[in-house]
Amino acid sequence: MNWRKFFYRAHGDSPFKRLIIHLILIGACVIAVYPILRIFTISIRPGDRLLSTDLRIIPKDATLNSYRLVLFGDPVTKRKSDFFLWLWNSLVITLTTATIGVILSASAAYAFSRFRFPGRGPGLIFLLTTQMIPAGMLLLPLYIMLSRLKLINNYLGLVIAYSVTSVPFSIWILKGYFDTIPLDLEEAALIDGTSRLGAFYRIILPLSTPSLAIAFLFNFMSGWSEYLVARVVLQKANMYTWPLGLWTFAGQFTLAAGRFAAASIMIALPAMALFLYSSKWLVSGLTLGGVKG
Amino acid sequence: MISLTPQIMATSLVTVLRFLLMIIGALALVEAVVYTLFHRRPKNVLFGVVVLALTALFLFVFVRYVRPATGFTTTRKVGIGIALLLVDLAAYWLLSGPRISKLGLAYLLLTPALIGITGLIIYPFAYNVYLAFTNMSMTTVRTYTFSLQNGLNNFKSVFTGVVAHDATFWEVLLRSILWTAINVFFHVTGGMALALLLNRPMRFRGLYRTLLVFPWAIPQTIACMALRNEFNYHYGFFNVLLRNLGLKPINWLTDPFWAFVAVCISNIWLGIPFMMVIILGGLQSISQEYYEAAEIDGASGWQQFRHITLPLLRPVTTPAIILGTVWTFNALNVIYLVTGGNPQEKTDILVSSLYKAAFDFYRYGFAAAFALVVFAFLFLFSLIYIRMTGGLKAAYE
Repeated sequence: MNWRKFFYRAHGDSPFKRLIIHLILIGACVIAVYPILRIFTISIRPGDRLLSTDLRIIPKDATLNSYRLVLFGDPVTKRKSDFFLWLWNSLVITLTTATIGVILSASAAYAFSRFRFPGRGPGLIFLLTTQMIPAGMLLLPLYIMLSRLKLINNYLGLVIAYSVTSVPFSIWILKGYFDTIPLDLEEAALIDGTSRLGAFYRIILPLSTPSLAIAFLFNFMSGWSEYLVARVVLQKANMYTWPLGLWTFAGQFTLAAGRFAAASIMIALPAMALFLYSSKWLVSGLTLGGVKG
Repeated sequence: MISLTPQIMATSLVTVLRFLLMIIGALALVEAVVYTLFHRRPKNVLFGVVVLALTALFLFVFVRYVRPATGFTTTRKVGIGIALLLVDLAAYWLLSGPRISKLGLAYLLLTPALIGITGLIIYPFAYNVYLAFTNMSMTTVRTYTFSLQNGLNNFKSVFTGVVAHDATFWEVLLRSILWTAINVFFHVTGGMALALLLNRPMRFRGLYRTLLVFPWAIPQTIACMALRNEFNYHYGFFNVLLRNLGLKPINWLTDPFWAFVAVCISNIWLGIPFMMVIILGGLQSISQEYYEAAEIDGASGWQQFRHITLPLLRPVTTPAIILGTVWTFNALNVIYLVTGGNPQEKTDILVSSLYKAAFDFYRYGFAAAFALVVFAFLFLFSLIYIRMTGGLKAAYE
C-alpha cells in the first residue's frame, strides 16, 4: 500500500504522527464497538454453550436458534412469542412522544432564540434546572397523578409521561441552532410579506433539519429504552414495551441469555440505525449555545 | 311573604354591590393578565363584559354539569375543561382583534411547552415537596398525615439514619461525588482527546466518528445489561482477558472496590461519545484564522490549545459539563442495571439509594425528602459552577 497516498489528506502532520493518530482511533473504535459485538456473539451461540470463555466474535457452531425462539416462540413449550407486540407498543408510544416533543421544543426554542421577552434568561436557566431533578423523584407523583386520571395501563398515560422528558434539553439544542441562522433571512421574508410564524415555518424550520433530527432522535431514544416509568404505568403483560418484555427474559434462566441477546440485537439495530443515520447531523446539529468567533 | 324591610334592602344592595365589585375585579384581573402577556390595551368595557360572561358561562357549565357527571371519566372531564378554556381564550383573542404583538407571539409559542412542563415536571415536583412533609409509607398509603413535624422527621432521618438498608447519607453522598468527578473527568478528557484527533482532514474520518458513537447509539438499557454480563467472574470478557494475560481474575461484582470500578468503566464507556460529539461541534466552528495567526507568531501546539481552543470552546463545554455532571449524578440506569448498588449498597449513589428507599422499602415520605436534598445539592453545585465560569451567559445572551 502506498502510505503517502494513504494519508495524503492529513497535510501538515508528519507521517509518523498520522500513523499514531490512526492507531489511537482504531483502538478507541475497538473499545467502542467490541462490547456490542459481544452481545451479537452470545446471540448466535448454540444453546448448550451460552456461557463460555470463548472470546471469538463468531463462535463455533454458530446458530440462529435464539433468534428463531424470540421471533416465533418456543416449539417445545408452545409458548407464543410476544416480541412483535412489544416492538409495536414501543414504536407507537415512542414515535408519538418524539413527535409531540419536537413540536413543543421547536416552537419554544424559536421564542427563546428570536424574542427578548421578560423571563427569557430565567426561563432558560429553569430549563437547565429541570435536568437536576433526581431520577425517580417524579415517578411517585406521576404515578399518583396518572392513576387519578385513570391512565394506568393506558398507552396515553405513558405517552403523556414521556412527552416532556427530553423537551428541556431539546429546547436548548434547538435554540442554540436557531441562534446560528442569520436574522437577515427572516427579515427579508418579513419584508416580502410573510408573517412571523410563516417565516419560522418556511425559513427557520427547513434550515434547521440537522438539529430537528437530533432533537427527534433524543426524544425518540429517551422513550425507546425507558424502563422505570413504563414498569409503573404498564402493568398488563400484553401492553409491555420491549424493555419490560426483555426483563421477562432476564427473569428466566437456562436459555434466556441467548434469547435475551438475540432480542437485544434486534431491538438495538433499528435504534442504532436511526442514530447512525442521523449522526451526519450530530456534529452540526448539536450546538449547545453557538460558539462565537 | 317577603316584605321589603330597609334591612333586607340594605343586605341585598350589599350583595349586588359585592357582585358588581367581583365582576369588575375579575375584569381587571383578566385585563391585567392579558396586558402583561400580550401588551395590549383593553379595547372597551363592553367587549370585556362579553368575554367575562362567556367565561362565567363556561365555568358554570363546567362546575354544574361536567364535573358532577357520572358518565365521564376524569380524563374526559379534564379534556372538556381544557377545551372550554381554549375556546374562551380564542374568543378573547378574536374579539380583541386577531392580531398579536411580537411578545404575544413569543408567549404563544412557549405555551405548549410550558403547559407540558408545568403538568409533568413542575406539578409533580410540587407534589413531591408535599409528600416530603407526610409520613406516607407502604402501610400508610391511605392514612398518612401532612404536618411540619413529619417533614422535619423525614429530613432528620435523611441525614442521620440509613437511606436504604445499609448505607448512610454521607457515605452515599461521598461516593456520588467521587463517581461524578471520576466519570466527568474521563468523559471530558476522553471526549476532548478523540475530538481533537478527529478534527483534521484525514482518511476514514466519517467511519471513525460513526464507530465511536456506537456506545451512545445503543439503547442504554441493553448496553448496561450486556456490560453486567461482561463483569461475570467466570464468563465475563474482563476476567477472560485477565486470565489470558496470566493475571488473577477479579471479583467484579462482589468486591466493593472493583464493583465501583466496574460501574465507572461502564458509565465512562457510555458517556464519552456525547462529549466527543459536542466538543467536535465546537471545534469545527472555531475559525481556522486564529490558528494561522498563532502559527505565524510561533505558538506551540499546546499554547494554541490552551489559549485558543479552550477559551473558544467554553460556551460549548460549560453547558455540556453541567449537563454531563447532572446526568452522571442521575445515572440511575447504569447503577441499577450493572450492579444494582451491590454488594451491600457499596456501589449505590444518591439516586439509586433514593430509588430503593421509594420502591424497594416504600418509604415514600422519606424518599420525597431525600429527593429534595439531592436536588438541592445538584442545584447548588450547578449554581456555583455557573457563577464560577460565567459560561452560561454566552449561551443565553
